[in-house]
Amino acid sequence: MRARRFLSGGWLSVYAFLYVVFLYLPVIFLPIFSINTAPTPKFPLTGFTLQWYADLPHTPALLDAAWNSLKVGVSASVLATVLGILAARSITRYRYPGRRTINGLIMAPLVLPEVIVAISMLLVMLQLGLSLSLFTVVLGHVLVCIPYSMTVLTSGFEGFDRSLEEASADLGESAFGTFRRVTLPMVAPAIISSLLVCFTISLDEFIIAFFLTGTEATLPIYIWGQLRFASKLPGVLALGTLLLVASFLLMTIAEILRRRAARRTQNEGGLYA
Amino acid sequence: MPEQPPIERPQSDRTQSDRAQSDRAMIEIRNVTRSYGSFKALDDASLTIREGEFFSLLGPSGCGKTTLLRMIAGFDNPTSGSIAVGGQPMEGIPANRRPTNMVFQSYAIFPHLNVEQNVAYGLKRLKLQGGEEKRRVEEALAQVSLTGLGKRLATELSGGQRQRVALARALVMRPKVLLLDEPLSALDKKLREQMQVELRRLQQAVGITFVLVTHDQYEALAMSDRIAVMFGGRIAQVASPKEIYQRPVNRQVADFLGGMNFVKAEIVEENGASLIVDTLGFGRVKTDKPKAFVRNGGAATLGIRPERLRVLWDNATAKFEVAGKVVERHYFGEITHLIVEIPGLEKPLSVTETNDFGADDIPVGTPIRLAYDPEALVAMGD
Repeated sequence: MRARRFLSGGWLSVYAFLYVVFLYLPVIFLPIFSINTAPTPKFPLTGFTLQWYADLPHTPALLDAAWNSLKVGVSASVLATVLGILAARSITRYRYPGRRTINGLIMAPLVLPEVIVAISMLLVMLQLGLSLSLFTVVLGHVLVCIPYSMTVLTSGFEGFDRSLEEASADLGESAFGTFRRVTLPMVAPAIISSLLVCFTISLDEFIIAFFLTGTEATLPIYIWGQLRFASKLPGVLALGTLLLVASFLLMTIAEILRRRAARRTQNEGGLYA
Repeated sequence: MPEQPPIERPQSDRTQSDRAQSDRAMIEIRNVTRSYGSFKALDDASLTIREGEFFSLLGPSGCGKTTLLRMIAGFDNPTSGSIAVGGQPMEGIPANRRPTNMVFQSYAIFPHLNVEQNVAYGLKRLKLQGGEEKRRVEEALAQVSLTGLGKRLATELSGGQRQRVALARALVMRPKVLLLDEPLSALDKKLREQMQVELRRLQQAVGITFVLVTHDQYEALAMSDRIAVMFGGRIAQVASPKEIYQRPVNRQVADFLGGMNFVKAEIVEENGASLIVDTLGFGRVKTDKPKAFVRNGGAATLGIRPERLRVLWDNATAKFEVAGKVVERHYFGEITHLIVEIPGLEKPLSVTETNDFGADDIPVGTPIRLAYDPEALVAMGD
């Protein structure tokens, strides 16, 4: 009996271990080869170096791309979050016909093939007579970010007790004062979380940026361009590692904030006493 | 040992209130209707609530009591009619500029603020000088027995404590009227009863007009100076708890406020303030004519509360008695409910008897005699 339980428990552990390996092995390779002295990513490793990282700040094209990514990421995340706040507020606060359909339509870009979205957006931009630039990339990123922003924000806004705002008004506060002193502090973690999620997505996004940018490259496009040169590979690996770490940190912070917001809004009323 | 003076039986008074109340109107509600499409949540309600009064709006859910309270607070507006608070018409005045404060059913404690910050929330805008704000917060916390808990977070409080914070947060604003929306409904029975006493005591101490919304008749009876009983958007009766309980205007009010035996009667004579009726079980009875009595042919309905019927033991007699037979017995600890069949009455009478004389031991089927006071038989509309 004990043996069998041990056995089944054992197999389950093995399965779980392989599962995680499958998910993260490719990711692990990146940092490993980025600190290897050999310029080709190959085992056995030849030695430890941070030279590839040290070279990064001395590559002007990379710095340009990073600066572009930062501009696009900040603009896209702010825009997507503002739009997300409005939609999430309406979806969680009011009951009206078509509410679920609208929610579904907003979430749909999540499952559309990105390359199709990119081509369609390109067509729309050209029809509108917009010349391709970082601005068009921002528009594209807003589109893909909104579903994520909505997910984070609805989870933060859900269960927001309307009587909190009424209580504030009742105690003499104006509509704006109520927003500043009650609504905003309550949902701030969710908003920051949405900003971080959108920024991360924009930072890592390639296809839409690739189709919609003019001559200015974002980081993923810069990486794509560098892959043609074998000698540049270690630098790309180092840069990739940095992006990976940044994304991981941002998403972790975003999730912590999202949970805090959800806890705040939902832990309300005397019914939990 | 000196002889003790006999305890005088108190004269029945119908105002119940133990303290002098001003007769000045604090809230005047005139012909207020609130419609949602074709549905009328409140239908032509008129009401005057006096200064310093503990007033309850009592009724089942959906009767319009909360709608009325929210309109006084300014969260909702009448479709027609007017509301005035402290002599000032409230039309067009938003909630944040009304002299009322509310205790919400969910308490609505700000979860991102601690107890002190919650209580001080409304004071911040007043920009009080020289520690006045701190002093008032401490005073309010003391009023609700929360001294020393100022630094606690809302999430660290029990239900009863949250309720006190909500109360302090409203009282600290020194409103003309404190509105309470089912404030005790989330508490367990024991705490609820304790809070009833405390709320009443607090109201008498601060002297502010309290308007309470509740669906719990005992809560309303225990705390209020006066009660408005509401059904389907209309106010059925406004009176003191005792009047409401003893002299309900109709069967609906009588039923909502506890058990009532209804007896069919024939009107023999109607003169001025009294009615003389014939009943099958109780014979000929003379009773007060209700204020709004509308004669509907020769028939009337009499009601008597189950506790106004007393079991007559052994050879005891009473001036007024009915005889019958016990058909059911239900034990409730301190009291027993007896269901007694009376010849001539189409429905058996429900009788509540305390258990100190052994009502819990009366076997089903026993012949029994019941004493009653004809004054306890009240005439009412249907």
